Parts: sequence; structure tokens; C-alpha cells
Amino acid sequence: MTDFITLDPAPAPVPGKGDTVLEVRDLSVDFGVDKKWVPAAIALNYEVRAGEVLAIVGESGSGKSASSMALLGLLPSNSRVSGSVKLAGKELLGANESNIRAVRGKDVAVIFQEPMTAMNPVYTVGAQIVETIRLHNEVSPEQARDRALRMLELVELPDPGKAFKSYPHQLSGGQRQRAMIAQSLSCDPKLLIADEPTTALDVTVQAEILDLMRNLRNKLDSAIVLITHDMGVVADLADRIAVMRRGRIVESGTATEIFHNPQHEYTKALLAAVPHLGQGGENDEDVDVTAALAAATQAEIQAIPRSELLRRERENSAALAAAETVKPQGEPVLELTDVAIEYPKQGRVPAFRAVEGANLAIYPGQVVGLVGESGSGKTTIGRAAVGLLPVAAGTMKVVGQDISAAKKNGRQLHEMRRHVGMVFQDPSSSLNPRLPIGESIGEPMFLAGVAKGAVLQGRIEALLDQVELPRDYRNRYPHELSGGQKQRVGIARALSLKPKLMVADEPTSALDVSVQAKVLELFQNLQKELGFACLFVTHDLAVVDVLADRICVMQRGRIVEQGSRDQILRNPQEPYTQRLLAAVPLPDPEKQRERRELRAQLLSGAN
Amino acid sequence: MSTYILKRFLQLIPVFLGATLLVYFLVFSLPGDPIVALFGDKPVNEAVAAKLRIQYHLDQPFWMQYLLYLKSIFTFDLGQDFSGRPIAAVLGEVFPVTARLAVMALVFEAVFGIIFGLIAGLRKGKFFDATVLVASLIVIGIPIFVLGFLLQFTIGVQLGWAKPTVSSAATVQDLILPAIVLGLGSFAYVLRLTRTSVIENMSADYVRTATAKGLSRFRVVRVHILRNSLIPVITFLGADLGALMGGAIVTEGIFNVPGVGNRLYRAVLSGEGPTVVSIVTVLVLIYCLSNLLVDLLYAWLDPRIRYDS
Repeated sequence: MTDFITLDPAPAPVPGKGDTVLEVRDLSVDFGVDKKWVPAAIALNYEVRAGEVLAIVGESGSGKSASSMALLGLLPSNSRVSGSVKLAGKELLGANESNIRAVRGKDVAVIFQEPMTAMNPVYTVGAQIVETIRLHNEVSPEQARDRALRMLELVELPDPGKAFKSYPHQLSGGQRQRAMIAQSLSCDPKLLIADEPTTALDVTVQAEILDLMRNLRNKLDSAIVLITHDMGVVADLADRIAVMRRGRIVESGTATEIFHNPQHEYTKALLAAVPHLGQGGENDEDVDVTAALAAATQAEIQAIPRSELLRRERENSAALAAAETVKPQGEPVLELTDVAIEYPKQGRVPAFRAVEGANLAIYPGQVVGLVGESGSGKTTIGRAAVGLLPVAAGTMKVVGQDISAAKKNGRQLHEMRRHVGMVFQDPSSSLNPRLPIGESIGEPMFLAGVAKGAVLQGRIEALLDQVELPRDYRNRYPHELSGGQKQRVGIARALSLKPKLMVADEPTSALDVSVQAKVLELFQNLQKELGFACLFVTHDLAVVDVLADRICVMQRGRIVEQGSRDQILRNPQEPYTQRLLAAVPLPDPEKQRERRELRAQLLSGAN
Repeated sequence: MSTYILKRFLQLIPVFLGATLLVYFLVFSLPGDPIVALFGDKPVNEAVAAKLRIQYHLDQPFWMQYLLYLKSIFTFDLGQDFSGRPIAAVLGEVFPVTARLAVMALVFEAVFGIIFGLIAGLRKGKFFDATVLVASLIVIGIPIFVLGFLLQFTIGVQLGWAKPTVSSAATVQDLILPAIVLGLGSFAYVLRLTRTSVIENMSADYVRTATAKGLSRFRVVRVHILRNSLIPVITFLGADLGALMGGAIVTEGIFNVPGVGNRLYRAVLSGEGPTVVSIVTVLVLIYCLSNLLVDLLYAWLDPRIRYDS
């Protein structure tokens, strides 16, 4: 056990002043595809020092993950790696298998993206951590067990003993990620590679995991390579940043330099595309969410001088008072009164009530954002609004019709669905892979009997124009399109019957930021032009901020707070809304520091 | 877990009743008069025939016959077959032989299927994998009686490595060749199933995690890949035990094994309803129990499957 360093808090090291832990020179990675080498990373150079977080940022396909997996030789066999990777002066590339194995898990540990699948489902969490410890240390099973329990404690799991005995599926996503981190840290690695460590998590859980990683960095003085696409996460944690695009590092520098003075076009574009909570759409005023939260919770923030904070709070309340409340006009397109929604009983699984006592109205031309974390019931409301789930109690009116008692697959729902369009989350699986996209778009019109023959073809072309896809794409199949293009097809299909109500369920969450920005812009323009009402379901507050006139916040099956964008962002009343807003990381290191301090106060106040 | 097992046992009741009723009805509907057939070439003695009909309840309507049969099961008096031997004694004679044969076949297909499948999966696309895939396809493609006669002739007769036929004692040694023939088809399936499962699991995230922890390749395969890959294979093997027991008719015919298949075949030919139904009932029970065993193994192998939640 002498090899283990103590876990007692050590004086926080000054970031970036430690020894160089990792030195990467001319690292290139190629994948063999159809007997040709396709480059995934080209001549990368970077180094990471002890106690420092280097963020490698890029969109999908930029090579950020592939290059990092190459450090430990974790790439599939159809790859080839060249260059030099030195860990504390020792060359890793080309080292023999047993030397590399001794480094893996001991000197360099990895935290993977998917906590759901990254741990073996058939062994307990404890057994998997013990396996790691005993592999690299000459310790007895009891010592390894103690060590594992201490690690689970270190990552702040509520009940380490219980977590030790649990199988991965018995833990929540956030707990699993903590267990994963505990395993990674169990042998005191000099270098930690975190591959999108928070991407699959809810914002509040993400904020906790980021706090945890920051504390651990300070305690253990490890070097961290953080791979992510999320600028908010980067602003929260990174000391230095390398921006990757198409296999190359296009720009690198300190976090402040990259965020405040980006040099490369791509970095600028990437930063501009990141939705920024509080920034709103083009006609919205900026909201200082930190000040709003501070005012709502009477928090003191040391990072901001008191007079400055007061000034910002005053500005904020003035803006809220000035914000005109637009009276809604006409009959609501979607109206929920005390609605409860159940997932019906299936065999031995009893019925599950996912939504309770929901009240909500959407008027013509309005966009209502429904936000909440996983399991909050937001998607359930979206699905019930198109008649995919039965209403268990209360009344639900869609386009003037009461569908609460409608029979499943009955005539009434059939009629109602002609006026409602739906855009789904995953564009890849919501389009039939065997239909050309023109047919996918035209199918609703054909089935509803509104158009056929040449008229139908004309409509399909018009819809393709509307979503800014070339007309000749109509004969292409979904797999020939990129993710953003597929989602455009999904939008075109949802628009084909000129719906009065559009239900969009996380339509952009599977897309890269720059693509997301374009799709959101398109969606916004179409909404203005066509004037449909929209229920926009998402977990991302920043996206709602761009689009929505009203915001509904859901927690555990209930709508806890709703109001106009100004009311929710400038004056959040419910503690849950406040926590949710405070957990969204800002893509700006200084502002994020303020936000972090505020969040810490919020949480300590809550306890 | 115990309530789950109890529930599964209760489920056996309707399965048992349904299966026996169905089989009894099928035997009842067979054309021809079994009593007449019993006399063979000799002229039928009406008095004796009438007596036999009463003894085997053949004068009763179908429902009565079935109920009387159920009664005989629950009083543990299965009656006699047409040659006058107690059916219980017949069952006690044939089932051990077939059970031995089926278990040997199961062991053969499990051990070799999993080993070959694992190696093929780990070396996907290499020479061994390609060879094994083609060979297993050939085995699946050739009917079992062709394979049976082929192996009986080459290994049993020409090479003399094993006895071509089975003695009435049906010892383990006698049954090696028949067991291989019986298990060959399923061996090919087990192999392919293991291979697919291994390939799928090799690219799983947790396998990458295991590698990143610094585990040796051998340990990654043995501890992390193998157990996860065996889950679907175990399911297949369990269901296959029942199939091997009941489906050994052809193999038992070729090698002259004095087992269930042989006896069942003769009973069907001579229209001995009670014998057929008795044998089939035991087979149905074995089927149900082996499926139950599979489900329990499944829960043990895969903790995500919770039965009593």
C-alpha cells in the first residue's frame, strides 16, 4: 500500500506549473477503410503538465477521440499510429505490449463517455475496481477492497458500501460516472484522459461531476486531457485548449486566450455557434442569468464586487419590468388541464404515472419550451399531445378537439394528427432507411389524400426548398445524408400537412453545435414564416432560450414553474429552476467562475 | 427468486394438461384399429379383442379415455403396454439410455461449440474463422441420417475406432459416436452463436474499459468477453436439451440405441395410446424443467435480469 499517495487534501498546486507529464509530437492516426488509409489525426503536437487540464475541443469526426485513444493503443486493429507519445519522458508508441499494459490503468487512466455501457454489466462495481487495483498493486483482497471503498467515498457517492456491492445497472447515470471515475483514479494515475465525461448526463449531474473533477485535480495533482465538444464544459474546467478540426489542431492556447481572443476562423465560428443561456434569439435582449439568480436567492458572490452585482441586478429588474407581456390571441392550439399521463400496464409491469397535474396552453404562433432533466416527463407530454399515449386524467385539447377520451388508433386521433407535425430526436432512426427522402416527405400528404401525382411532387420540391435542401436530394436515401440534413428532412416531413401545432422532441440534441445552430435558425425562420404553434421539448436550456416565447420547467412528472422567457430567466422563483439555471455552464471562463460560485452558494443554502 | 420458481412450477400445470390432451387426441385420431393390428396375420378372435378393448378403455368415448388416463397418472399406475409389460417399467428402461445419450451430445456440442466459436470470433475474418464457418454450414446443410450413416460407416466400420452399433446395455463408450452424430447439428449452431456473440462483445464499451485498465488480453477474454457472450448460448443449450431427448429418433434408429426414440416410434406404429402419451408427457416435463433451469442460469449470468422485482 506504500505506493498509494494519501488522499488528504494537499495544498492546491498552481495549474500549469508542474512537470510535463505528457508530451505528444507529430502524432498521426489513420484508419484503413476499403484498403486506403484515411487520416483521422494529422501531426498533433501538445503537452500536458501535472495539475493542468488540457481540453481538446472539436466536433464529431475531428479526430479528438481517435487521437486520444491512440495514446494508450486503444484503437481498433484497422488503424495505424505514428509520431511520438512520451509519458514522463518514456516513449509509449511502439513500446511492447506488456510495457503498455503496465501503463494502462496505472499511469494513464481513462474515463469513458458512456457510463451506461463502459462498465461490465455482469460484475459489481466493487469487483471491477478491485480488479484494477489488484492488477497494478501487490495487495491482498482485503486491502484492495478497502482502497476501492475509499475511492468510492472520494468521488462522493452517497453510500460507498452499497455502491461497492451494486451492479452498474442499479446505479443512476451520474453515480455510474462517479464509479467510473473512482475506478480510473484507483491507482493514482499521473494522467487522466476524460473522453466526453459528462455528455450523457443531465446538467445538474454534469455540474456535480465537473466539480468533482476539479476537486480531484487539485487534490491529486494529476494531468487531465479533457475531450469534449461542449464549450461550457471547457470553460468550466480547462486551463489550456486545443481546437481540432478535420484531424488537425487549428488553434491552441490558454482558456482565456481562446475564449476572448480566438484567432482561427473555425474557433470563432465554433464559439459563435454555441448557444449561450441568456443570449436569446436575435430579437431578444441579453439576460444576465447570474445576476438574476443572485437577486432571486440573495446570494453574495465574491468574484463580483458588491456594487457591480447590485448594478447588474437593478438592470435586470428594470428589464423585467419593461418587458411587455404579449396577450395571447385566439383559441389555444394545445391545452392541458390537470392532465395525468400513464404508461399503461404491460404484463407484470404495473402502469407508471409519468406526468401528474400538468396545466399548459399554447396559443397560435407561440413557441413553448418544455425543459427538464431525464425522467421529468417532458417527452411524455410531447408524445401524449400527438395521441401516442393515453391521457389518464384531466383534459387535453389539441387543435380544439378534446382527445382525453379518444380511442387508441381511433378515427378522432387520425383526424387530429393531420393538424399536428412531429420532429423526432434521432434523425437517423426516425426516417425509413428504405425510402428515398422524397417519399418520406410526401407520405403524410399521400396518406391524408391532400395531394398526389404532379401536385404531390411539386409540394415535395417546395418543402425541400423550405428546409434548404437541394431538390435532387429527393431521390437519395437517408444514409447518404449527414445528421443535420436528415433532421431537415424530418422537419420537412413534419411540415408537409401544414400543421397548426408542431411537437419537436429534442430535435437538435444529436447534432454538432455548428449544425445545431443552423438547424435551429432554419426552424426559427420557418416558424416565423408559417406561424405554427410549437411545443419544443428539450433538456438544453440554452436552446429553449433561443427559440421559446414561454418556458415550462418540469421536474419528476410535474410542471414546477412556467412563464415568459423574461420571467423564467430574470426572476426564477422555484428552487429547482434556480438550480437548473445555475448548473448550465457558460462558454466563458470568467462568467463561468461567477456562476460556479453562485451555484455553490445555492447548494449550500439548500442544505 | 423463490416466488419466481414457484410461479414457474405452477405454469407447468396448464402446459402439462395441454400437451397431454393434444397428444392423446392425435393418437386417438390415428387411422386403423390397434387391437386388430395386434393380431397381425392371425384371424381376429372377437371375444379376446372385446376383452382387450375394455382393458385399454378403447370402448369408451375420447373424453372418458383421456380422463381415465389422467387418473392413471395421478395414481402412479400407468397400466400396461400392448405386450403386457407395465409402462412405468418401459419408461424406466428407455429414459436413462436416452438421457445418457442426450447429455453426452449436449456436453459435446457445448464444449466444442463454445471453444471453436470463441476462437473463430476472436480471429474474425482470419483463416480459422473462415474454415470453421464453411464447415459448420456444411454440417447444418447435410441431413442427420446422411451424416449418421457416413460416420457409422467410416469411423465405425472402416476405421473401427468406435462400435458401429450400440449394445443393449448402451454404455458410455457405446454411445460416443451416436452422441457426436446427435450433437453435430446443434454444435454448428452453438459455434455460430458463440462467434457472433463474441464479435459483438469485443467491440463493447466495457471491453475497451477493461483493456484500458491494463488487463491482459487473456483476462479480458476470459473474464469480460466470455461470460457476456455465453448468455445467449446458454439459452440455446437449455432449450436444446429437450430437443435432443425427443429428437433422437433418427440417431437411435441408425445406431440401434434402445432408447426413447426407438420405443416411441414402435408405440406410434402400433397405436399404443397410453405408451405414446406417457413418453411424451415425460419429454414435455423435461422440456419445461430445462427451460426453467435456463431462466435461472440466465439470471445468475446476467444480473440485469431481475425476476422478483
